[in-house]
Amino acid sequence: MTIDGISARTAAAPLAGRRRRSPWTFRVCIAILGVAVAAAVFAPLVAPYEPDATDFSAIWLPPGPGHWLGTDQLGRDILSRVIHGARPSLLGAIALLAFATVLGVLIGVVAAWRRGWVDTVLARITDVMFAFPGLLFVVLVIAVFDRGPATAVIGMGLAFAPLIAKFTRAIALEELARPYVDAYRLQGVGGVQLIARYLLPNLMPTLVGYLVVLFGEGLMSLASLNFLGFGAQPPSSEWGLMVQEGRAGVIQGVLGPALIPGLTIAVVVVATNVVGVRLSDKLAVRT
Amino acid sequence: MSEAVRVSDLTKTYPARRGGARVVAVKDVSFELAKGESLGLVGESGSGKTTLTRLLVGLARPDAGTIVIDGRTREGRERGRAARLRRAKEVQMVFQDPYGSLDRRMSVEAALRDVLRRHLPDPAKDTVRARISELMDHVGLSEKHLGSRPHELSGGQRQRVAIAKALAVDPAVLVLDEAVSALDVSVQAQILALLNRIRAETGVSLVFVTHDLAVVNEVTGQILVMYKGEAVERGVTAEVLRRPRHPYTDMLLSSAPGPNWQPERVAELRAAFAGTP
Ligand SMILES: Nc1ncnc2c1ncn2[C@@H]1O[C@H](COP(=O)(O)OP(=O)(O)O)[C@@H](O)[C@H]1O
Ligand SMILES: [Mg+2]
Repeated sequence: MTIDGISARTAAAPLAGRRRRSPWTFRVCIAILGVAVAAAVFAPLVAPYEPDATDFSAIWLPPGPGHWLGTDQLGRDILSRVIHGARPSLLGAIALLAFATVLGVLIGVVAAWRRGWVDTVLARITDVMFAFPGLLFVVLVIAVFDRGPATAVIGMGLAFAPLIAKFTRAIALEELARPYVDAYRLQGVGGVQLIARYLLPNLMPTLVGYLVVLFGEGLMSLASLNFLGFGAQPPSSEWGLMVQEGRAGVIQGVLGPALIPGLTIAVVVVATNVVGVRLSDKLAVRT
Repeated sequence: MSEAVRVSDLTKTYPARRGGARVVAVKDVSFELAKGESLGLVGESGSGKTTLTRLLVGLARPDAGTIVIDGRTREGRERGRAARLRRAKEVQMVFQDPYGSLDRRMSVEAALRDVLRRHLPDPAKDTVRARISELMDHVGLSEKHLGSRPHELSGGQRQRVAIAKALAVDPAVLVLDEAVSALDVSVQAQILALLNRIRAETGVSLVFVTHDLAVVNEVTGQILVMYKGEAVERGVTAEVLRRPRHPYTDMLLSSAPGPNWQPERVAELRAAFAGTP
């Protein structure tokens, strides 16, 4: 690049653009999430071993050249298992959030739109849902559906929905008080169309930032459920379940099999939180 | 039928706030507005002007009284798309807040197209485009603003867009609630001139709400003075401003800073008013 080109570029970049550049922590976190998503998508291509390939001649190996992160009590390669575990772990959290979002946004928007007794009734319902610990929902759902990934997702989804409902109601009330909403009403826009076509898209930026933060929490809650054995079942290498299975090694003084998936969860959760908080700051700019 | 609006004995009461009495925001207000004419609604803040306009356009429901617009009585309970669109054609409104009255996701063009698709009898692409140009011209915005989103426009430009959106429906009556109050004086003057031109060109009837008496004479032929929810004086704007018959109007007039402004007299009149209901 010529010197002229460089100076032209610096001149063209306004001061605001420089200030708006994201801090390195944000970019690192985006990269972490990118790696996690790539692992989930391309697991079979990038993992060095099959996740459930046992090798009884290589049990509890420490990290080394053959197995970069060591092996577990069945001689399975931990790196491969963590990579393959990205898919059930992330998909689980996505499913959980999708379910909770549909339910929560529906409740929140209807409450804000209808006001009056509808709002009161929905507020009571969400309060009661709030009062139950998430685990209780899971136990209830297990009683009906038996344990499994779907059980954990639905149970936790029911626990997350009231959070999203409360948040959505608050921002929807604020949005509905803006005169442009009245202007749409006066144009003859019906209630359903007003909500679906104009209100929800205007809530989305604020909502998305919040949901990204909740995603981290959802991931962690699901991992805890799987750790407790309510959700994913062996031979799945879902991260929470890996921690559970890795506990056998801890007693023997081998920390890797439990620690590595645990750290993976922690890193991904922290990364989504950082990204979520920044996104909600950036997206929720209101005119 | 030469009447655009006929309002009879309109009353609206709000339930008591905690520890307070019920608020009678609008009480027994009646007025008529001829087609193509403009009515000024003046009064101090809290006198019930906004409530009256919200009743008029149907954003609030009156406790009592009737509203006839463009020859049709407005009923509270009308459902269905056809009824909504017909009501929209009767009356449109421009709001006070130039920042909140536009959908921030939509460019000027998108917002106008959105209205026109709903309200043009023939929403073909070419007719919509032609109508958009016409509207932009009406409100004095250049075509280069078509792609702008609300945050890229000034307060005056936003109100022009809001007026264009309201006109896009082609309403019989246009209500402006303090639509220029948040703008600075020179911009105000431009928009007032614009309103006069629009009224002359399209024949739309205007209800123009303001607390600023200096403004009301610019755009309205008739005036209605509100005080504590009641209409205390009605008449031809220029005459009422020259020879107010009601003491409240007199006080409003002398409150406005001007060449003969006497702060002592304003204080005196106000003190006298605090006693009378
Ligand atoms: N939604 C409402 N709930 C309760 N009181 C209201 C409401 N809107 C207006 N009021 C009251 O009605 C009175 C008239 O208000 P408003 O119509 O806004 O007057 P203006 O527009 O002339 O300032 C005020 O006392 C105000 O407090
Ligand atoms: Mg007002």
